[in-house]
Amino acid sequence: MAADNAKAAELAGDGSGWGGMTTDWASDKDAFKQVPWGKAMMWVFLLSDTFIFGSFLTGYMSVRMTTTSQWPDPNEVFALTIGGVTLPLILIAIMTFILISSSGTMAMAVNFGYRRDKRKTAILIVTTALFGASFVGMQAFEWTKLISEGVRPWGNPFGAPQFGSTFFMITGFHGLHVSIGVIYLLTIARKVARGDYDRSGDYQSVEIVGLYWHFVDLVWVFIFAFFYLW
Amino acid sequence: MAHDEVQQHPIGIYFAIWGLLFVLSAFSYLVDYLGFESYTRWFLILLFMFLKAGFIIAIFMHMRWERLALRCAILVPPGALLVLVALMAIESDFTENIRFDVFGTPAAPVGHE
Repeated sequence: MAADNAKAAELAGDGSGWGGMTTDWASDKDAFKQVPWGKAMMWVFLLSDTFIFGSFLTGYMSVRMTTTSQWPDPNEVFALTIGGVTLPLILIAIMTFILISSSGTMAMAVNFGYRRDKRKTAILIVTTALFGASFVGMQAFEWTKLISEGVRPWGNPFGAPQFGSTFFMITGFHGLHVSIGVIYLLTIARKVARGDYDRSGDYQSVEIVGLYWHFVDLVWVFIFAFFYLW
Repeated sequence: MAHDEVQQHPIGIYFAIWGLLFVLSAFSYLVDYLGFESYTRWFLILLFMFLKAGFIIAIFMHMRWERLALRCAILVPPGALLVLVALMAIESDFTENIRFDVFGTPAAPVGHE
């Protein structure tokens, strides 16, 4: 028996190889060894969210492929005129860079969290939340502009009516995720600043909120590619 | 929780990936700005998209340092979405052709623009 255990431990190693994977799953215990349950559950939630956004984007693909009317050119629909110069997709580009910056500050926050630097962690999380809030603000501006131009979920002046429904559904659901993320971030920032995690000696919560936030950025990468650039 | 693995890595790697994501996003935007069309455009869009997604998952979300059991459990299932995409693409082609037949709108391939 002891020999068996030693063999299993040897096979499991640091869990990076196939041997580790088989022993992890075959042990009749928790499969995700040395992974805190909160992190594993956040990953499972993000996996389910992947399917939601995946289904949305597949639905968008279907209506765009099946419609017999011309699909509106995102290049023109999302162009902005700044100081007399019309720039295609400029607001979307700025939103993309803002979300990437927020991912960067979030990654730093997680890093400083594990270094137990309470002050820097809290400041970086709040910065991330501010980036997120400005992203939502720009999205509100974009929606207002399109709605004033007559874009509705059932039709628009630029072409295929499906454009409006998929646009509002996909960016709306993503914007909801960002908004919830901002609230989630501020909650965690407050706990960090209050010293909750110093007392419990465990900064896992910062990494978990980080996973959620990076996922929001990840989804935007796909929306940017498929909805705005395609 | 003393035995839990802590994701502690040098801060330099985050700065490197951060910069890389900026550059890749700029490239994505340039694909549109420089007006690449058709297959070149789609290839470049997908290339930069997958690179960005890969770096975010691997480094920012620490996936490359996780155990294989967790990596497989999270990264393999989304593959099912590819099946859905393939099925819907076939079905959509079919629907579009029927619409052209029945509604008699422009017979020339309007494409999927």
